Amino acid sequence: MCTHCGCGNDTEHVLLDLQTGEHVHADGTRHSHAHDHHADHHYHHDHHHDAPRPAEIVALETRLLAKNEVLADANRAWFAARGILALNLVSAPGAGKTSLLERTVVALGRERALCVIEGDQATALDGERIRKAGAPAVQVNTGAGCHLEADMVRRGLDALQPASGSIVLIENVGNLVCPALFDLGERAKVAVLSVTEGDDKPLKYPHMFRAAELVLISKADLLPYLDIDVARLIANLRAVNPGARVLTISARSGEGLEDWYGWLRETARAAGCDIPSGTPPR
Amino acid sequence: MHELSITRNIVAIVGEAAAGRPVRRITLEIGKLSGVMADAVRFCFDVVAEGTALQGAILEIREPEGRARCRECAAEFAIATLWAACRCGSRELDRLQGEELLVKTMELEEAA
Repeated sequence: MCTHCGCGNDTEHVLLDLQTGEHVHADGTRHSHAHDHHADHHYHHDHHHDAPRPAEIVALETRLLAKNEVLADANRAWFAARGILALNLVSAPGAGKTSLLERTVVALGRERALCVIEGDQATALDGERIRKAGAPAVQVNTGAGCHLEADMVRRGLDALQPASGSIVLIENVGNLVCPALFDLGERAKVAVLSVTEGDDKPLKYPHMFRAAELVLISKADLLPYLDIDVARLIANLRAVNPGARVLTISARSGEGLEDWYGWLRETARAAGCDIPSGTPPR
Repeated sequence: MHELSITRNIVAIVGEAAAGRPVRRITLEIGKLSGVMADAVRFCFDVVAEGTALQGAILEIREPEGRARCRECAAEFAIATLWAACRCGSRELDRLQGEELLVKTMELEEAA
């Protein structure tokens, strides 16, 4: 894979339905190409056309992410019509998103229908963990891709077919940069930041922490062994995002998880998703 | 690495609008606080444009600086980061400029 722009021959993303084991490959919308980056790359625009004809200038004024935004809005409308709460969980790799989701599936699975779309560059390991915890899951492998996009979520939903009134938890690719820019149609982004990552992380990755409605400070059970200053971490977060809700949790000890479940219930109610679970986990 | 996806979007948006006519030049606005690196888009552009109506097109990128207005004291000032504060101490800012992500114009060759 090219380390500069991420393209390579494995850019095609693959979706794996963990219920049926079915693999679905993207339909050729992703290109692959021979890839030799010339040293003069930046300069070869400078050539002139042989016989310049008069030109026409067309104003476009189109947002660069317009295509993804249209698909994300369609997802959002689809969720709203069914009273489904969709959340986009983002973090650096290894912050504890999947462990948190496993606990959440076990704790809330009897109360309401939950399902999970798992995004990772490769493997179905996380999707398998969720399925073992008791919730339907699909795994989206992004290949060289560094984030989920709205069309990948759409395909995940087609495979999952979440029930009306359920909660769809989308675990994005572990990455604090790219997922901030790509709307998936979720109601809110939830950022997970583990205490081992340092109190300056919100300043180093401001786009992501500004986009999050809720920030979960995870792995709190490790605090006795670390020098991190949680008050400074929260102050740094406030500098980037004054309005974010902050909860300190540990998926290991269970600390703070009731607050997280409470936030989920409250947000589900606000999303019109208050139908009790009618669909037992598959 | 999201610049690759974004560059594909640019080529798709312009290619669709050009409807097969060769594109000579495109103008983008990528604000300094947008989270997208203009240089990375430049880097990806040639590769993504290859074999499309945009092949060989000149890519012009304007990069507006960040500007904000304070909600407390209404001061307007330049900001270089997303965690900038107003001189009055407030961090409640409305960002006015610097987050643009736009295809502004394309220049087409006249149909022969």
